[in-house]
Amino acid sequence: MNVIVLAKYVPNPNGMPEIGDDFLLKREGVEGAMDPTDEYGVEAGLRLVEKAGEGEVTLVSMGPEPAVAGIRKGLSMGAHGAVVVTDPALRGADALVTARVLAAAIGRRQYDVVISGVESTDGYTGTMPMVLARLLGIPSVTFARSLDVDGGTLKAERQTEAGYADVEAPLPALVTVTAGVGEPRYPTLKGIMGAKSKPVENLTTGDLGLTAGDLGSSQKVTGVTAAPEKAAGQIVEDDGSGAERIAAFLQEAKVI
Amino acid sequence: MAAVWIYADVAADGTADASALELLTKARSLGGDAVEAVALGPGATQAAVTLGEFGASTVYASDDAVFAEYVGDPAAHVLESLVAEHHPSLILFATSYTSRDVAGRLSAALGLALMSNATDVSGPDSAQTQIFGGTRIVDVALEGPEPRLVLVRPKSFAPEPSGGSAQVVQVSADVPEDAKRVRVLAKHEEAASGPRIEDAKVVISGGRGLGEAGNFALLDDLAASIGNAAVGASRAVVDAGWVPYSYQVGQTGKTVKPEVYIAVGISGAIQHLVGMKESKRIVAINKDPDAPIFSYADLGIVGDALKILPKLTEEIRARKG
Ligand SMILES: Cc1cc2nc3c(=O)[nH]c(=O)nc-3n(C[C@H](O)[C@H](O)[C@H](O)COP(=O)(O)OP(=O)(O)OC[C@H]3O[C@@H](n4cnc5c(N)ncnc54)[C@H](O)[C@@H]3O)c2cc1C
Ligand SMILES: Nc1ncnc2c1ncn2[C@@H]1O[C@H](COP(=O)(O)O)[C@@H](O)[C@H]1O
Repeated sequence: MNVIVLAKYVPNPNGMPEIGDDFLLKREGVEGAMDPTDEYGVEAGLRLVEKAGEGEVTLVSMGPEPAVAGIRKGLSMGAHGAVVVTDPALRGADALVTARVLAAAIGRRQYDVVISGVESTDGYTGTMPMVLARLLGIPSVTFARSLDVDGGTLKAERQTEAGYADVEAPLPALVTVTAGVGEPRYPTLKGIMGAKSKPVENLTTGDLGLTAGDLGSSQKVTGVTAAPEKAAGQIVEDDGSGAERIAAFLQEAKVI
Repeated sequence: MAAVWIYADVAADGTADASALELLTKARSLGGDAVEAVALGPGATQAAVTLGEFGASTVYASDDAVFAEYVGDPAAHVLESLVAEHHPSLILFATSYTSRDVAGRLSAALGLALMSNATDVSGPDSAQTQIFGGTRIVDVALEGPEPRLVLVRPKSFAPEPSGGSAQVVQVSADVPEDAKRVRVLAKHEEAASGPRIEDAKVVISGGRGLGEAGNFALLDDLAASIGNAAVGASRAVVDAGWVPYSYQVGQTGKTVKPEVYIAVGISGAIQHLVGMKESKRIVAINKDPDAPIFSYADLGIVGDALKILPKLTEEIRARKG
């Protein structure tokens, strides 16, 4: 059971991101980390390999220089190795370009399952994984809140607008996972120490045989403007009359 | 500009999803040669009637079960053939689970620009999105081969009928075997009691500040006292398993725009704001006076939700008499 887990390096996942003069998210010179959303992918990948009793979890990431350090989190959780693609030409890459790069990096390996998050914390296009799956020629099972592999079949519970559905797809397959797949484990001290000696392959787009034609994004930000500000509301300390105030507000709004 | 298409989400009972009507209304204003829709899956032909009333002159439809039985691929395959035959300039999709799959796979197959989270569209060359909880508007230029693909956030446009009617063109559901891979075996969907969260006049959402799952009963009681109210939640409590995912409001959940939105014990993370900040009025209850949600509230009460909720329910019952 060989599992590829996608791990994105994102700037400042818990703070407010910043926009640079070129209208792109500032990714260099800001503190970053492996996307917390991808920790669920690592957890799901480790569980599949543990259950199979053989195989490896390999992290694959496309990102700036510090991404290599960022994805150590996944290695210390237990992933066996990582591939990181870094290239200045990739600044501002959209979902299609990102998918082309990741497809080239993944396509060179032997794998049964590719796991990603549903959407990234910074880009949240929520489409990159399906684009990637199509480029790899494999099915994409999206929004999985649980998953399992049974022989050559991936089984998952897929979230829907009103509940969930049982779905299955033949391997190899890509699956996007939600927090439902299980709480990410904490790295142990041994895991943290061990992560430093795990194999990390650094690649450029040239190494992957990609050319300028593959790397041109078809979306460009042309402007960022402040949205009109909302008038400040009335914020009051509850002195016992909070409930009454809300009731009066609802009555004024004619909903009661 | 050639035709503007919308990819319509339809239900087996023949209803077109509200998002399709929103997209059609916007598509009519873009000045393309035609406004047309694609609807695939059981119920499509019947839904075409409604799609026509909201401005589709042609609906490419198939009622074939293959589109419901297999996720994403069959629809992407048929859409790919339709695009090759008719060359639209732009295709608008709703940000639903299945439409995202279809749009993503189509983008990859044909190398097309695919923009997500659009809140406005001006044509095939440009669209807008909002970031940082809607405090910034971002203009995006779309390039490369047509059609350009745009996933639009729900409730970005108010649907208005055009009084038209659509010609229905039945399309073939012949899809190759390798498009039949992600198979739906069974659906587990609870028929919710009360109004749907997207349609309710009042939405009351609870967050981690409620302390424990059992306290959601306080929100149910409040909703019952108001009537035409639905209960929602932040992702933190959905992830914690307190309430089902269908409750989630925000970036990855539902987008709501009720008359009044009441956020209880919710901090107001940007991903939550995206799903509710367009509500007509916003009330927030939070014990932290610095919670970001208060910047969006018309009325904010700084206090303990567990004390305020029962009193509020009682107060409303009293006022209703
Ligand atoms: C890619 C991505 C997508 C996401 N999508 C969504 C989404 O769709 N929807 C969503 O909601 N979130 C989403 N999130 C998560 C989001 O970032 C926040 O983590 C989440 O919204 C926080 O939920 P919360 O407000 O309930 O919890 P917290 O942030 O922990 O806030 C709890 C609040 O309760 C208050 N409180 C505590 N006790 C009381 C009391 N007794 N009375 C009153 N108030 C009290 C606290 O002061 C605090 O403000 C997403 C995140 C990512 C990265
Ligand atoms: N540059 C990247 N490197 C590795 N994984 C990525 C990258 N971009 C996106 N992903 C994966 O794809 C998922 C969806 O991303 P997005 O389409 O940006 O919302 C993320 O949760 C990641 O798992």
